[in-house]
Amino acid sequence: MLKTFIIGVLLGIAAAAGALYAYPAVDQHREASIVAVAPNGGNVESFHTNIPMDRIMVGAPGRKQPLPPGMQWPTDEELSGIRMELFKVRNARDVVIGVASRTSASDSDVIDWVLHLPARGSLYASMQKQALEGGLRRGGITAGSREFAPLKGFMTERWVADTSGEQDAPSGRLQLRANYIGEYVPEDEEELE
Amino acid sequence: MRYLVVLLVGMLVGISMFVAALIYNPFMADRRLSPLSVADAEVMSLGYTNVASESIVFTNDGESRQRPHPAKVLQLWEAPIRLTSMMTTVIQDARGQTAGIGVKFSSRSEKTRLLNGEALVDSAWYIYLPGRGSLFIEQSENFWPFIREVAFPAWRSSANKWKGTWLGDMTAGPGALGTARVTGGAGNLRGLDTTGVESLSARAYSADDGLVSAEGRLLVELPSIVADDDSL
Repeated sequence: MLKTFIIGVLLGIAAAAGALYAYPAVDQHREASIVAVAPNGGNVESFHTNIPMDRIMVGAPGRKQPLPPGMQWPTDEELSGIRMELFKVRNARDVVIGVASRTSASDSDVIDWVLHLPARGSLYASMQKQALEGGLRRGGITAGSREFAPLKGFMTERWVADTSGEQDAPSGRLQLRANYIGEYVPEDEEELE
Repeated sequence: MRYLVVLLVGMLVGISMFVAALIYNPFMADRRLSPLSVADAEVMSLGYTNVASESIVFTNDGESRQRPHPAKVLQLWEAPIRLTSMMTTVIQDARGQTAGIGVKFSSRSEKTRLLNGEALVDSAWYIYLPGRGSLFIEQSENFWPFIREVAFPAWRSSANKWKGTWLGDMTAGPGALGTARVTGGAGNLRGLDTTGVESLSARAYSADDGLVSAEGRLLVELPSIVADDDSL
């Protein structure tokens, strides 16, 4: 009887260790990336956020109807020039794949975007405040984490108004287009010479 | 039949022993000394409240321990973002004065290995400091020491609460010394490429509601050329 109990204890320890080793504690849901090859090199990926349904927060001083309702934006004078927005981010198939922040400030000449895609990593881009022709803003990809860490390139932002006329349609979408350019890393020393 | 029951009881005891060893193993994921605390370089210290109800906005899937704040904020219920949370908060300088606004994105990491004492969260900070510029901080945080020393004792207590003083560095990478990667965006911080460490100071925790009283701190190493800037 004692031997059976001891065998059971050992089996229990082995089963617990095996289960922790074999089964991932975290398994992020993945959507297939929709990436196209750009004509002049690099890859292109499009994201968008539907306005107003994907808007999580609009943080700016003096808003009569805060979003989300009940939010208390700080009244500190130092922060009076900052406007920060949070969104859900969708891919080209209109599926939510991440979240993002968009920040502009009166004392800064850029608009900063941070995209956080849980299964892939984060992407940080700084865009020029002044829009180009067609309402397009463009800026460099400043930094990235995990999948985006080795990538450079640029990102554009554009407001596309909805013209479908459907009753439940969003008023428009903020369209983001990331052009990734990877850094060439030689595989062996011969290539370096 | 008796032998089968004894075997099953033995297995349950074995599983319990394994879990207890995992939680009480003193050699696993102890709180390390921050590499920035022993470095000669100047550091920028940024503080924030780490309690959801004291932040400007906190949102997650709506079913987690920490409840979204304010209550009517859009929740992250879609499958790809269900294991993610977002927090917008006021950032304070070392003197406790308002220094800027920050947003933190956190997602549970697939690199989590409980066997190795790693309960990892991939997180990214975006911080805007008026008059100074913006920072992007990417890191992996290890919550295992916090779970072991705060969350588990709270769950075990009859009141489902923990009170005390807990201070630990959360950052576990991607830097080789367990540091975060910090990149400057706009303003005087543009072009900055340095390291940082995030720490958590907890005083009260509820097994039902999460952190009740806690502060976070970000230490960012400043290269000498940036440290000489009076605005910092």
